[in-house]
Amino acid sequence: MEKHTDVICPFCGTLCDDIEVHVEKGRVMEALNACKLGNAKFMSMNKKHRHLVPMVREGDGFVETTIEDAVERVARMLLDAKRPLLYGWATTECEAQSVGIELAEEVGGVVDSCASVCHGPSVLAIQDVGFPSVTLGEVKNRADLDIYWGSNPMHAHPRHMSRYSRYPRGYFRERGQQDRTVIVIDVRRTDTAGIADKFLQVSPGDDYELVNAFRTLLNDGDIPDEVAGVAKKDIEGALELMKTCQFGMLFFGVGLTMSPGKHRNIDNAISLVIDLNKYTKFSLMPMRGHYNVTGFSEVLTWQSGFPFGVDYTRGYPQYNPGETTSVELLSRGEVDAVFVVGSDPAANFPKKAVEHLAKIPSAVIEPHETPTTYLCDLKIPSAIAGIEVAGTAYRMDNVPIRVRKIMDPPAGLYSDREILKMILEKVREIKNGA
Amino acid sequence: MKATLITGRTIKQGMVLESKDSTMYTDANAICEFDPDDMKKFKVSEGDTVEVCSEDGAVFVRAVKSLQSPHKNIIFIPMGPWANQVTSPKTDSVGMPSFKGIPVSVELAKDKKVLTYPELLKQSYGK
Ligand code: SF4
Repeated sequence: MEKHTDVICPFCGTLCDDIEVHVEKGRVMEALNACKLGNAKFMSMNKKHRHLVPMVREGDGFVETTIEDAVERVARMLLDAKRPLLYGWATTECEAQSVGIELAEEVGGVVDSCASVCHGPSVLAIQDVGFPSVTLGEVKNRADLDIYWGSNPMHAHPRHMSRYSRYPRGYFRERGQQDRTVIVIDVRRTDTAGIADKFLQVSPGDDYELVNAFRTLLNDGDIPDEVAGVAKKDIEGALELMKTCQFGMLFFGVGLTMSPGKHRNIDNAISLVIDLNKYTKFSLMPMRGHYNVTGFSEVLTWQSGFPFGVDYTRGYPQYNPGETTSVELLSRGEVDAVFVVGSDPAANFPKKAVEHLAKIPSAVIEPHETPTTYLCDLKIPSAIAGIEVAGTAYRMDNVPIRVRKIMDPPAGLYSDREILKMILEKVREIKNGA
Repeated sequence: MKATLITGRTIKQGMVLESKDSTMYTDANAICEFDPDDMKKFKVSEGDTVEVCSEDGAVFVRAVKSLQSPHKNIIFIPMGPWANQVTSPKTDSVGMPSFKGIPVSVELAKDKKVLTYPELLKQSYGK
C-alpha cells in the first residue's frame, strides 16, 4: 500500500493540505482527515464507469471518437463561431487555466468562470471599495471573533471552522475554542448557527439593511427597535462583540452575493469592516466555493488585466459584467458556441440560460457524467486535477498551493492542460491555412 | 402556499458532485426543505411531491422536513437542475442571477412524479 501524506484536497476553497491518502493497486482505500465532501471526491476515484474516450453526439446518442478528432472538432467549433463562450475553469489547475485564456484570445471569444455566479459581485465590490483582507494563518493565530454571514461552512466548507475559526489553538489563542467567539448571520438557523455563540436571523433579502444598522450605530446614529427582522438589542449585542474584540474576521458567503442587493451588499459589508477598524483590527474574506475558482481570477488578471467575464471578440480584452458574463450572454442568445472546462452550467445556470446552451454547438472537457455532458455535442474525458495531475491552486485567502498527483490517470486520458494545448495548436494550424 | 425560495449548497449535494449519474443525485437535489411548522400548516408530509412555481418556471420536487429550521415561509432547494427550473435569470446587470430570495408558490402534487435529471433535461431542453 502506498501512503501519501500532506495531500491537498481538491474540492473546496479551504484547500486542506493535511490529507493522508492510502492507495492500493490503483484504488483509493482511505482519505484520512478529509471531510465528507473531500472523502467523497477521493473515493470517487474508484468508480467503475468512467469514460475513457471522447464521445460525439450522433442522433439521439453518442458515439466514440479519437482524441485527435475531438480536438479538431473543438478547434473548428471555436473558429466557426462569431462569439464563442469558454466557461468553467474552477476545478482545474492554474496552468490549464492559463492555456484556456490564451485559447480564448486566439479564437476571439469570451472567457468567464464560475466566479460570475458565486463571488463575482464580491469582486465588483472589492474594485469599488477595496479589500482589507488577511490570510487564514493569521485568522487561526490571532482572531478572537469570527462572523459567518450568509455562509454555511458546516455544509459547504466542513473543515473551515475546525482549521481556522471555531476550534483550533493558535499562537495568540492558546485555549482554542474558549478564546474564540463565533457569530452567525443567516436567514435560516443553519447547522453552522448551531455551533455559534450568537445567531442573528435576518429576513431574506434584507442583509443590506442589517449592515446599515450596524454602521448607523457605529457612527453614533440610532435605529428602530427592529431592523431586517432582528431586534435592536441583538444588533447592539453583536456590535459590542465586534467593537471590543482584538481581531475580528467577517467571512461572507453567497448568501450575500446571490440575494437582492448583490454587489451592494458586499460593498456595504466592506465599508462596515472599514468603520470597525476605527475601534479594533477587523478584516473580511469571501468563502470561495470550488477549490481553484480564486486561481482563475488571479491567472485571468495576469493575462488580461481583469478577473472574470473577459471578452476578446474585438481582439483586445473587454470587461463589463452584466454584458460580458455568461448568464447574460446565454440568456440573451449573444454567444453561438460554448466550450466548458471543468464545470456544470447545465445544472447550475437558470433555465433560460441553459435553453440557449442546449441549442448552440457545445463541447465539454469533464471527467464525470453531468447534466452538461448530457446536453453537449461533444464530451472529452480528462484526468482529474489535484489527484491525477499536479498543478497550482489558490486557496480562498489567495495563497497559492501546489496540488499533488497521487496516482496515474487511466491509460489514454490526458490532463485538461494537455487537451487545451492540443486545441490551441490545432486552432493556430487551421488559422495558418493548414 | 406563498413562500420565498432560497437555493444553495448542502453537504449531500456536495457529496454527489462526482456521481451525478447515480440516483443519489436526484435523491439529494430534487427536494424542497420546509419549515416543520409550515408543513403542519399546509398539510405537507415528508416525501410528498410538491410543485414549486415562480415567474420563470415550475418544477416537481420531494418535500423534506428541514433540519435547519426555523425558517417560516422560506423553502430551500439544493442548487442543481431542479432548483434552476425556477430561479431567475435576472442579474441586475452584474452577472449574478437571482438564486436566493425568489417569490414562489407551492402546491401539493401527490400524484406527480419527480423527474431524474435526464428526464428533466429532456423535458425542458428537448435534448
Ligand atoms: S473542507 Fe474542503 S478542502 Fe477541506 S477536506 Fe473538506 S472539502 Fe476538502
